[in-house]
Amino acid sequence: MEIRIQVNGRERDVPAGTSVATLLRDLDLDGRTLVVELNRRIVRPPETESARLEAGDRVELVHFVGGG
Amino acid sequence: MAPLEIAGRTFASRLIVGTGKYPGPEVMLEAIRASGADMVTVAVRRVDIENPDRDDILRTLSPDEFSLLPNTAACYSAEEAIRAARLGRASGMSDWVKLEVIGDPETLLPHTEELIEATRVLVAEGFVVLPYTNDDLITALRLEEAGAAAVMPLASPIGSGLGLLNPLNIRIIKSRLSVPIIVDAGVGTASDACATMEQGVDGILMNTAIAEAEDPVEMARAMRLAVEAGRRAWVAGRMPRREWAVPSSPLEGVPPPA
Repeated sequence: MEIRIQVNGRERDVPAGTSVATLLRDLDLDGRTLVVELNRRIVRPPETESARLEAGDRVELVHFVGGG
Repeated sequence: MAPLEIAGRTFASRLIVGTGKYPGPEVMLEAIRASGADMVTVAVRRVDIENPDRDDILRTLSPDEFSLLPNTAACYSAEEAIRAARLGRASGMSDWVKLEVIGDPETLLPHTEELIEATRVLVAEGFVVLPYTNDDLITALRLEEAGAAAVMPLASPIGSGLGLLNPLNIRIIKSRLSVPIIVDAGVGTASDACATMEQGVDGILMNTAIAEAEDPVEMARAMRLAVEAGRRAWVAGRMPRREWAVPSSPLEGVPPPA
């Protein structure tokens, strides 16, 4: 079964029970320096492995860009 | 020359530079190196999932070479700024934050009430907080009370390049606070940077003046020299201003006219 979540404001369907770490691997983003926010709460390794996504979850993936 | 010290950390350079608005990553890196800055500001933004390398500043800047100072640019409330600061710290790269809470989109002037509140919250969470503020003594004093590690008043509005508009206010702030004063925003060219440092402030943070120069690398060199010159002039202590002339050559011994 698939559930619908939002990643950086865009809808995405993932298998039910997907962990945050699996989502990052599926997006080819594992190993990068980025920060995950799940429903406004920061999720850091190793919690990314245990945190499971649920329908309607909002995931924000952020990193550093140029700025003043 | 004594190094800049903030929150117990010393920096060889009194210039802190931003990393935005450069024509490209190579020129940015070369300009930042030419500026001599040890610390650079960065912004926290969404990853482009289709193209995650795009805009990723860590592809260009090594945290081993530069200290990263995450900012909270584009935040309009204490809540948003606190969230951005926490995201920056969660990167594991820095628990320092250049705290910006904007109060008006046209002037980008700070929302000082929210800024003071956000400073208080983040200091309690263990952040080293460097708030960008206006050139107002009372706000600066309240930021210091709230635990700011340095206070960063503007020279003129962000990205305006208008230079130091109110040197008196900057001198007043410097004379009344104990924490370092870093003038942040508004410097347009090297003479602005030099004149700002001549007010006795501890350092300058700039971005646009370098990034939008026709030759950012050459401007970065100019800024490094200007910041150092202004600091040295301040340390040296300038001569008094007089409204009459005083000759530099002896009046005696002039051969008489024929």
